[in-house]
Formats: sequence, structure tokens, C-alpha cells
Amino acid sequence: MDFFHVIVVLLESTIRVSVPLIFAALAGLFTERAGVFDIGLEGKMLGAAFAAGAVAAVTQSVWMGLLAAILISIALSLVHGYASITQRGNQIVSGVAINFIVAGSTVILGEAWFRQGGRTPALGEGSRFQTITFPYADSVREIPILGPIYSDLLSGHFLLTYVAFAMVPISWWILYRTRFGLRLRAVGENPGAVDTAGISVLWLRYRAVICCGILCGFAGAYLSLAMTAGFVKGMTAGKGYIALAALIFAKWRPFNIMLACLLFGFLDALAIRLQGNPLPLIGQVPVQLMQALPYILTVILLAGFIGKAIPPKAGGVPYVKER
Amino acid sequence: MSTPYAKLPGWVEYGLIPLINLAVAFLVAGLVVLLVGENPLEAAYHLINGAFGRGEYLGFTLYYATTFIFTGLAVAVAFHAGLFNIGGEGQAYVGGIGVALACLWLDQTMPWFVVFPLAILGSAFFGAAWAFLPGWLQAKRGSHIVITTIMFNFIASSLMVYLLTRVLKPLGSMAPQTRTFAEGGQLPKLDWLLAIFGLNVGTAPFNVSFLLALVAAFCVWLLIWRTKLGYEMRTMGHSPSAARYAGMSESRITVITMMISGGLAGMMALNPIMGEQARMQLDFVQGAGFVGIAVALMGRSHPAGIIPAAVLFGMLYQGGAEISFEMPSISRDMIVIIQGLVILFAGALENMFRPAITRLFTMQSRRAAVVTQTKGA
Repeated sequence: MDFFHVIVVLLESTIRVSVPLIFAALAGLFTERAGVFDIGLEGKMLGAAFAAGAVAAVTQSVWMGLLAAILISIALSLVHGYASITQRGNQIVSGVAINFIVAGSTVILGEAWFRQGGRTPALGEGSRFQTITFPYADSVREIPILGPIYSDLLSGHFLLTYVAFAMVPISWWILYRTRFGLRLRAVGENPGAVDTAGISVLWLRYRAVICCGILCGFAGAYLSLAMTAGFVKGMTAGKGYIALAALIFAKWRPFNIMLACLLFGFLDALAIRLQGNPLPLIGQVPVQLMQALPYILTVILLAGFIGKAIPPKAGGVPYVKER
Repeated sequence: MSTPYAKLPGWVEYGLIPLINLAVAFLVAGLVVLLVGENPLEAAYHLINGAFGRGEYLGFTLYYATTFIFTGLAVAVAFHAGLFNIGGEGQAYVGGIGVALACLWLDQTMPWFVVFPLAILGSAFFGAAWAFLPGWLQAKRGSHIVITTIMFNFIASSLMVYLLTRVLKPLGSMAPQTRTFAEGGQLPKLDWLLAIFGLNVGTAPFNVSFLLALVAAFCVWLLIWRTKLGYEMRTMGHSPSAARYAGMSESRITVITMMISGGLAGMMALNPIMGEQARMQLDFVQGAGFVGIAVALMGRSHPAGIIPAAVLFGMLYQGGAEISFEMPSISRDMIVIIQGLVILFAGALENMFRPAITRLFTMQSRRAAVVTQTKGA
């Protein structure tokens, strides 16, 4: 049963590292499906993580922290929206700018307010998310196979973890089964048609951007309120870009996003697990190769060697009403 | 894209509007300084003094500027062809291999002026090679250049960690870096250049690659505005369909442009590796590839704009270090904020103040017309 145990532990850490990716990739899904490219997922997540850590430390309330994370993330999204929707600026430039502004200001403000080298104070029991243990989780652990799956894999996660996985079908439902979702997707493919139907393209895109802000807020809050107890500078460490890669890898579809994030999370967990341990048959795999694998896979996919990733047609193009 | 804005005089287009955008970026940065509880004017004083106050400070400012001229030119060349090369960071990082190989091979036997040309070729070759694949994938397989170059930045970072910890590191050493180069792998300083102005360069690593950067800037100008290839690149940048109807090969231009861009980014590696450290270290690029985006946006993708923009960012890097020394609560991360704000206001929001300025100028010219009319009557 030792091998089985290793697998359970590996999958459990896969879930743990996938959660921020799922939130962020779903966030990207909303804007990109509406035709607004978003390189700034990383920055929004980092800003949200900082806001969550700082506010939770000051108010001693995890919910205030979560709220602050969402508000900051929405504010950053609106900056991106203003630049790329109203001002018709370059969406990629705007996203890059947000990443830099956040990377710098979280450190400067964190140092000025808490003086702990860019960290926020460590959060106590009440001001961070606690893991949820399902009923009878302890008593059924001894049951072979199903026991560990129930009590280690399904139970014992943070509330936000379950929210992340619930957001997958919810996002699908919003995008594919509501009027808002239909219009949102239409605005990313053919904004002219939506405008002709008398629906405001700009307002619709702004709403998509706000949805993105909310989800990035959850991603950031998970990092600083659940995964670790407090904010550490640069704690997103490229997760926003991995999420972006996952979004493309999933060809802009909600359920594929979940699978892509789990895959990239699994590679991450495996890289940590394999550090220093040789693999059977293959031998020692350099950690760096494992770390680069999500990016390499995305490049290969984008090159059209594993199916074809077709982005929303109007993506990256600002909408000009009259010609 | 349609331009809904009236044409403005050249000095407004290329002088006033970038300056206003820059001023707004610095105003917002000043607000951040206020928020931290420090005096922005004092910070500005330390910034300027720390960047230009002494020969040594100026030397450091120009040392950083050298790096940013290369990466700025790299981004600008791609911009002209309508490509956004966000991968300057990775291309510069990989370009370091070329420099390191040339130095490790010949530094003990040859003088610097033999090693330097080889290192230039090596850095440009590796940088261009790293940009080739994203360019080729864009041209032939239609994968978005922005995404692939971002991915290539991360792949480059993993690759370099691997090379520096396993391959290029001397045996028995723990630090992830190459051995220190001998005399032949070190570039001479440009102390005589500052000495003309009566300044002492001190310990600043201001070196010959600055001159190379100026030459590169001139060559980019020649390329873009005086050659057939440059004309094709600009045509494609303005209108890909026009380029196609004129019989230009889009894929050829894309690949060549990306390779030139990557080569320029790769040449940035000469400055820190041969000019300062005399070895290749982990993370020697330190975000210079991304600064190149800000520099190219501010310089309006013209070499004559890129050089001053690079000096401005050199000033921020050097003066920023001085600020963090004088005012501990403002660390060097302040530069990252300013960089982001410049990218936001000079890049994404470049048209924010344009309508107001246009209105101002059309009003003025109308009034001038009215005045001449009444005089004539």
C-alpha cells in the first residue's frame, strides 16, 4: 500500500497547488472570452494576496481579508478595463504595466506598513482559513483504498478549494446557459453584431473584466489566507502566467481549464516530490525540466501539434463604434 | 486601426505628449511616496543627485543605460513590424551563453579586442536563436507571439538555471556561476570619455559596450528607415494586408524581425557579463528585458527617442539605489512601480490626454486664423 499512499499524497498536493491556477485561469476565461486579453492575471493575484494578508492581519478577520482581496483585484481590473476598453490602448501593454505596478507597490507598501521585509504579519488561527474535515473522516481512514481517498483526498481542504472546484461548473453555466454568457461570448467573437443588437459592447466587456477581478481576488486570497499564513513578497511566482498557459492549453473552455490546471499542478507537485529522487526507467530528471514543462507543453499546443487552440476572434482588438 | 484624432504638429506628437505622459507617471509615483510617508521632492532630489551628482554616479547611470538601449532597441524593432516581443528577458538571458562561451574559450590567451567581436557574434547568435522559434511559430503555425515569448522567458530561466548549476559551473564550486574570466574576458572602461568632461568614473563599470549600443542604435535607424527590409517591416507593421498585396512575404519578415530583435536583446548580455562581473551569474538580466518595453514605448520606437529613454531608466536604477540608501522606506522596488506607471501612461493610456491637447491646438490655430482674417480686413 506504500505506492498507493504516495499517490494519495501526490494528488492531495496537486489539488492544493492547482486551486490558485483554477481561479486565475477561470478569471482569464471571462475576459478573454469577451475579447480582452489579460496578461495581468499575475499582478491582480499578487495585489489581492497582499490586500488579503494586510487586511486580515489588521482586522483579524479572514472575511475582511477576502473582501479586500476581491475589491483590490476588481480595482486593478478596472484600470485594465479603462485602458483597454475605454481608451482603446494596447491590452498587452496594459497588462504588463499592472504586473509591474503591483510587484513594486506590494513590497513598498508592505515594508512601510509592517516593516517585516515585504511580508505581512503571520496570521493567527482566527484570521486565516482553516481546513474543513468531512464527517467521519477520521474513522473511515482505515478502510482500504476508499478510506484514504475520502479522508485525505476529498476531506481536509480549505473552503476556498471547494469554491474553486465549484466555480468550474458555475462558470460553465454562466458562460453557456445564461443570456449574459451568450452575449459575453458573442462580444469576444463579433462585437459588431452585439452592438447591432443594441447591446453595449463596452459595458459588457467591463462586466467581464469585473468577473475576472472577483476570481483573481479569490486566487490571491487563497495564497495568503489559506496556503500560507500571510503575504510574502512575490508570492505568486509566475502562477498567473501558468494560469494563462492553462487557459490556452484548455482552449478557453471551463472544464478543460480544470483539467489543465490539475495537470500543471500535478507537474509542480511531482517536481517537488522528485527533487533528488531518480525516476524508475528514466533516471534522474532535472527539476528545471519539470518546472519548464507546463510552458513547453503550451508552446507545443499553440504550435498546433496537439489539436488547435483557436482564441476568441475579437481578442485583443479594441471596439470602435463608428467607422 | 482607425485614428480618430486630428494630426498634431511634430513637436507635440513626439515631444509634448510623451512628456505629459511621463510627468503623470511620476506624479502618481510621487503619490506612492507620499503614501509611504516620505517627501516626494526629497526623493526626487536624491534621485537626480544620485544619478548625476558625481562622475561615478553618472558612470553607473550610463552603465545601466547601455543595457536598456539594447533591450529597448530589441522591443522597438519588433514593434515596427507590428510584433510585440515580450521575450527580451529570455533572449538576453540565453544570449549570455554566447558571451560566456567566447570568454571561457579565449580569455586566457587573447586580448579583449579579439574576444569582444566573438562575444558580440555569440550573444547575438544565441539571442536570435532563442527568438527564432517564437518568430517561426508565429509565421508558420499562427501561435501568438506574445504568449510564446512569455513561455520562452520561463523556459529560458529553467534552462539557464540548469546550465549554470550543472554545466557551466566550475568543478568544486557551489555558486551557480561560471569561473571569473581573465583579462581577455573583461571590457575596458570608458574612463577617458568621462575624463574629457573632467569627471572621474571611479568604480562604475561604464565600459566599451556603451559605444556598441550607440552603434547598434544607428544601425537600427539605418535598418528601419533606409533599407528595403526596414520598409517591408514598417509596411507590415502598419497593414499586414497591404504588405501581402505588395508581394512581401509575411513569414519571412516575421522570422527575420524576431531574429534581429532577439539578437539585439542578446547583445545586452555583453554589458553585465564582460563589462561588470567578468563572469556569468544566475539572473544577470535582472528584468532589463522588461525595462526594454518601457524604453521602447517612451522612445516611440525611434533610436533617437530610445537613447534618452534608456538614460532616464538608467537614472532611475542608479538614483533609485541612492534613494533607498538615503530613505530606507523607499526600496529599489520603487523603480518597478515607476517602470509600470511609465508603461501604463506612455503605452496603454497614451491617448488619454490626446483629445484635450488636440482640442487646445485646433482652437488655437482657429483663433490664429481669425486674427489674420481680421487683420486682412
